[in-house]
Amino acid sequence: MKKTFDHTADYLVSDELRDAVNIAIALGRPLLIKGEPGTGKTMLAKAIADSLGLRLIVWNIKSTTKAQEGLYVYDTVQRLYDSQFGDHDVSDIRQYIKLGKLGEAFVSDEQVVLLIDEIDKADLEFPNDLLWELDVMNFYIPETKETIQARHRPIVVITSNAEKELPDAFLRRCIFHYIAFPDEEMMARIVRVHFPDLEKNLLAEALKAFYWLRSIGGLQKKPSTSELLDWIQALVVGGVPYQRISAEIPFLGVLLKKNQDFELVLRRLQSGGAQKAPPAFGANRRGW
Amino acid sequence: MFTGFFFVLREEGVPVSLTEWMTFMEALNKGLAGASLHGFYRLARAVLVKSETHYDRFDLAFSRYFLGIETPPELAERVAKWLEKALPPLEVDPRQRRPFVSWNLEEMRRALEERLVRQKEEHHGGRYWIGTGGTSPFGHSGYHPAGLRIGGESVNRSAVKVAAERRYRDFRTDETLSTRQFELALRKLRELSQNVDAPKEELDVEGTIDATCRKGGRLELVWARPRKNVIKLALMMDSGGSMTPYSRLCSRLFQAASKVRHFKDIKFYYFHNCIYQTLFLDPFCRANASVSTEEVLRSLGQDYRLIIVGDASMAPSELLMVGGAIDWTAYNEEPGLAWLQRLAAHFHRAVWLNPIPKACWSTAEGRDTISLIGQVFPMFELTVEGLEQAVKALKTRR
Repeated sequence: MKKTFDHTADYLVSDELRDAVNIAIALGRPLLIKGEPGTGKTMLAKAIADSLGLRLIVWNIKSTTKAQEGLYVYDTVQRLYDSQFGDHDVSDIRQYIKLGKLGEAFVSDEQVVLLIDEIDKADLEFPNDLLWELDVMNFYIPETKETIQARHRPIVVITSNAEKELPDAFLRRCIFHYIAFPDEEMMARIVRVHFPDLEKNLLAEALKAFYWLRSIGGLQKKPSTSELLDWIQALVVGGVPYQRISAEIPFLGVLLKKNQDFELVLRRLQSGGAQKAPPAFGANRRGW
Repeated sequence: MFTGFFFVLREEGVPVSLTEWMTFMEALNKGLAGASLHGFYRLARAVLVKSETHYDRFDLAFSRYFLGIETPPELAERVAKWLEKALPPLEVDPRQRRPFVSWNLEEMRRALEERLVRQKEEHHGGRYWIGTGGTSPFGHSGYHPAGLRIGGESVNRSAVKVAAERRYRDFRTDETLSTRQFELALRKLRELSQNVDAPKEELDVEGTIDATCRKGGRLELVWARPRKNVIKLALMMDSGGSMTPYSRLCSRLFQAASKVRHFKDIKFYYFHNCIYQTLFLDPFCRANASVSTEEVLRSLGQDYRLIIVGDASMAPSELLMVGGAIDWTAYNEEPGLAWLQRLAAHFHRAVWLNPIPKACWSTAEGRDTISLIGQVFPMFELTVEGLEQAVKALKTRR
């Protein structure tokens, strides 16, 4: 392998993820990354670009994004207007063809990393519309009778939050990796990056309460890394003594965003909460 | 090479396609697996598995193929295997249910651990070992007044604690239907029209040519409104007790409906067994989150398409009698059937989706009420196929 991806200074990567990235690069396949919010999916593409010294092109997908926009846009209206005033040479259609992010990645003089961020936000058929282009790495512009062929196969990273399921035909062509939620040890390292001077006891208690919260079955939205960081900030600013953290979970609203979740956790807290030892066989507690 | 692994994967339910297998072979040829079994495992998983819901099955298949026999890993995992081949649930006559016996969680956990060490194989229908359909305190689908349910479904609802763990088990979905399929079916429910209050943002080519010609060749652009779906949808769902086994199926339909986002408007209502004078706004059917059915009929135009989801299984009195509602606080002055007929008369296009498979409609417990309701609303089963038929019915005027 010419190039292999590894840790960078500010991005920690698990061995499994590193291998998946390198497999995708070696096979020239798009890498599909799934995982809970806050597990660093989007950051991965930047880390790959940094690690290999390549340029990163980001294509942010929204619910209105069409596959065609990633290839090129033909600005007909501009051309019509220009033809009216006669101060442009409108016979050259090429000046009205604007390449999209995918097109940009194809014509780049050197290899680039292309991030297609949150592909599940788009229309159901969106991934299928890109199958051909991602497979053979070229597309045809009928207006100019040109074929845009990738000079260097870009490294394609696609992220998904699993809001929509992706079509099978698309999945078959991808290398897939699911980033698991960081465990306590890893999370402690992540928190340390953001709060280098945090008191040890406070961190331990906060993490204990945080993972207890996440273990509660039936939460509609589990708190993620960014909520944990906000919460720790709130605890520090509020000057909460660490002894109180897991018993009361102050500033619960920072961690939980849904009303029902809030009530559920309050009920659990009243009946003992995080101070009780977690049950040995997983936390799927259920009453009568 | 490793062709056996391909078949083991498929046997375990990992949907590996030939395309992916060829990619895997290509990767092996390039030496991407390195020389270790670990590298092989990661390579195979990255290339062959496309959803975290299949990680668990992949792990099972991998250990089956490469270790031949299962090494005793976590105890919980072994138990999960025993419990996979289950006896049918043990139905217990309520009179035979022994009263609550005092129990102690610590003691029970100790007993379970001890039994795990001594038990070497599957046991079903017994009264001591971990298994299914029996009266031992451990296992599932059985009955013990203070039992510990391990996996499986709550049938007799006496399990005190649920215990089952495997690393990617949480992601596993043994479901044949996905939201995506529902979404695709619901997409067909559309009626495009330009008469909506959207901004004019599409170039009207015909209009532009016409206007430009009228101006003697000076360009005059004409814009038109994009065509939009004008279908409005009202979904009413039974959230009564007998619907519990179908709750995931139903919630997936609801998710799909709210995700499709192409309807002009969509309203959700809930009811308990049958619709009377009140509809509820959340699945908990509480009075403080309810609206009167009259009000709903007034506010929703007749052009709303109505989809009712329910098992249509209830006591005939709930449908036919004044005061027959299952909740004794909800005294109904008119029988449920009258309300259903009123809904059917108001909404010109309405369907009933039933999660009970169609083949069982004539034999199921609620067969009488299913056939009565089937006369009021066209009834379809809640499957992708049934939904497609229902969508077709919703598009054509009765």
